[in-house]
Amino acid sequence: MHNIRFTLLALVAAVVTFAVARLIDNAYVFFAGYVVLQYVVLATAWNILGGYTGYVNFGTAAFFALGAYTSVVLHKTVPLLPLPVMMLLGGMISGIIGLGMGYLTLRLRGTYFSIATLAMAVVAQTLITNWNFVGGSRGAYIIRPAESPLFAGDYIQYLFVIMLLLSVISVSIARAIQHSRLGYGFSAIRDDELAAEASGVPTLRLKLIATTISGGLMGMAGAPLPYYVTYLDPASGFSLSYAINTIAMPLIGGTATWFGPVIGAILLGTLQQLATVTISSALSLLLVGLLLVGFVIAAPKGIVGWLSR
Amino acid sequence: MDLSFDLLGNALVSGLLLGGFYAAVTIGVSISFGMLDIVNIAHPAFVILGSYTAYIANSVFGFDPILASIVLLPAFYLLGVAIYHVYDVSFERRGDASIRGLAFFFGILFITEVTLVLVFGVDYRLVDAPYIGPSLHIGVIDLPLRLLIPCLVSLALIGTLQLFMSYTFVGRAVQAVAQDPMALRLMAADPSRIKRIAFGLSIASASIAGAILIVIQPVEPSIARDYIGRIFAICVMGGLESFGGMVIAAMILGIMESLTSTFYGPSWSPAVAFGFLLLTLAIRPAGLFGRR
Amino acid sequence: MSNVLLTVAGLGKRFGGFVALSEVALQIVEGERLGLIGPNGSGKSTLVNCLCGTLHNDSGQVTFGGRKLNGLSAHQRTRLGIARSFQLPRPFPTLTLAENVRVPILYTANIKRGRVVADPRQRCEELLDLVGLLPKANDKPADLTQIEMRKLELARAMASEPRLLIADEAMAGLSHQEVNDILALLMKLNGQGVTIIMIEHIMRAVLAFSQRLVVLVAGRKIADGSPQDVIRQPDVVAAYLGS
Repeated sequence: MHNIRFTLLALVAAVVTFAVARLIDNAYVFFAGYVVLQYVVLATAWNILGGYTGYVNFGTAAFFALGAYTSVVLHKTVPLLPLPVMMLLGGMISGIIGLGMGYLTLRLRGTYFSIATLAMAVVAQTLITNWNFVGGSRGAYIIRPAESPLFAGDYIQYLFVIMLLLSVISVSIARAIQHSRLGYGFSAIRDDELAAEASGVPTLRLKLIATTISGGLMGMAGAPLPYYVTYLDPASGFSLSYAINTIAMPLIGGTATWFGPVIGAILLGTLQQLATVTISSALSLLLVGLLLVGFVIAAPKGIVGWLSR
Repeated sequence: MDLSFDLLGNALVSGLLLGGFYAAVTIGVSISFGMLDIVNIAHPAFVILGSYTAYIANSVFGFDPILASIVLLPAFYLLGVAIYHVYDVSFERRGDASIRGLAFFFGILFITEVTLVLVFGVDYRLVDAPYIGPSLHIGVIDLPLRLLIPCLVSLALIGTLQLFMSYTFVGRAVQAVAQDPMALRLMAADPSRIKRIAFGLSIASASIAGAILIVIQPVEPSIARDYIGRIFAICVMGGLESFGGMVIAAMILGIMESLTSTFYGPSWSPAVAFGFLLLTLAIRPAGLFGRR
Repeated sequence: MSNVLLTVAGLGKRFGGFVALSEVALQIVEGERLGLIGPNGSGKSTLVNCLCGTLHNDSGQVTFGGRKLNGLSAHQRTRLGIARSFQLPRPFPTLTLAENVRVPILYTANIKRGRVVADPRQRCEELLDLVGLLPKANDKPADLTQIEMRKLELARAMASEPRLLIADEAMAGLSHQEVNDILALLMKLNGQGVTIIMIEHIMRAVLAFSQRLVVLVAGRKIADGSPQDVIRQPDVVAAYLGS
């Protein structure tokens, strides 16, 4: 019941957000808002694995880009497919890769797992770079439709709404997990896997659930990307800045709760959008790096831990 | 047939030389990750920093890049000491080095890279030295000095560090510090100080590794990332325990990449390093030459 | 006629060339209090790990409540009713005491026999009250003393409603009075019908507690019988005092 009420509240918040954005009536608001929301999804998805179970994934970009490239393939083969269906398929592909990553946890803990995720990202990037059907290293152009298929407005507004809904879904999932049996199991795994097993927690199954949900949501967040950027190449799809942002946001916001990644993504995402416009995109990335380092040193529990002190 | 045999021979030799160079890039991580248990994934960024300092010394002042990097060793050492100090105070002493320590170095990697982009832009930079260009010829085999000199410098660097680790008190203390800090304390050696020195040395090695990198190929800030996989692949394959195992692993990887690049094209070579790393991790996490 | 709860037959475990356990055989009946002793490195902890599924034995068979355990993972064995406390307490440090105890309630007691603990919160309180930690229910494990940590370990083990509890050196490093506290607690649990294996170095505690004593030396069982008989056995004396 609590979960349904929360999702309804989140939906109301989403409707209000969209209404406000429409009132401002400036295309830039939708372009910038889309990126911030995309990071809400990515940070939340990362945290389900990294924050809840303690397995640090450096390969966010791979899951994200695989979702995006699934859309590129679908766009070329089944062009009339509605975007939400593409997102589901992209999410499935990334979810399956996530499941595979989960099996790595059988043998790899801590740092070794993190390095393996990074390696996986590079292997995926190399495969895409050498796959001519999706443009290889030259990249692929996607024509963005002019009009939203659902309501009167620009297509970017449609993308914004889609990402808004995905945010609501992701955050609801993360919150539901946190307060459920699954959440307790995840925490137990993060704290001590051996003791978790001894307490009856099926650790492997739970880790597989975490990696699959986390990877799947990242893939779904990536699926609309080709329509947003209209030109996608491996270097930008697999950009390391996705990985750094999705790690920085939960760590800055706080990894223990669903709320930390959300607040981290909104703050850092908005800050970056502003910095990109007013200063430069390189400087805005520098800002992320500095904030990440500053926060892990000075505020181990992030903004949430800081507020609740 | 003749042609492909020449191709194969040359690919093997240049792979071997390339591997020798990879060993220089990896030695720093062999020390920090292998001996100190510090996951410095920012190491490649320091190597690139080394490339840029060598570049400035060469293009602005006209110095030889490799000699300049040796002169710059103390500066890199101090940089390493400073970073270790922050790491020690913020993470190790709080007993919370894992996730946040990793994020710390990930942040440092990013900051270094973006700063280099802001200062130098994303254009490729290269250096000028008499050994860039000419080659020795032995039969059908080409030995480009551009690869041979870096390989020799790398082996000299590793040999020196090996001597230091084996024959000095500090060196032996470094090897012991990860296993048994308590025993060290009983010997009146401060583990923090030992680790600081070792980490300083690991970053110092990046100065030389960076200089030979920019001798081998033009450099731009983001190529640091390509080396993360290589370095950790080599480290893990080598087994984290000896420099010798690491050098062999580096050469195996160099040869594999060179063969891939010659016969399938350079765009496939990153997949070799990382694919090999994934396989090693999945099958034998203790490394090919590890004893554990 | 008492029911056999656990049967260990021909159990063997090697680490590389080192033989940690060899041909260990052992039976425990329902409700029994068994003491397991042996010098350091005699294989006690390896035996516990093989029983609990943390390690897998190379040879032999463990049967629990009529069910063969080979191949079952640790959490499956916990769900069948084998609980353990760790030699060095391993609490979940980011969870409160109540949450620490809640994990096995959610993952074991709730799953066994397809039923649901009516009110997990109330059950948490009962368990913490049983070991005297109720006032600290909302504290984190870092705030506990040594003995409180051991008690939490036992409360968490009990939360899975085990039929067999393996207490692995639950008293090491505790004071005289604290040993008595834990001893009383274990007797109370046994009184509620839980079979208990106690692994311990403190002879006073083992002798006070055990109905039967098993001695492991260098991975082999060298004695099995009533405590008074076993501690007079010459090879046991030799193993403990040096021959």
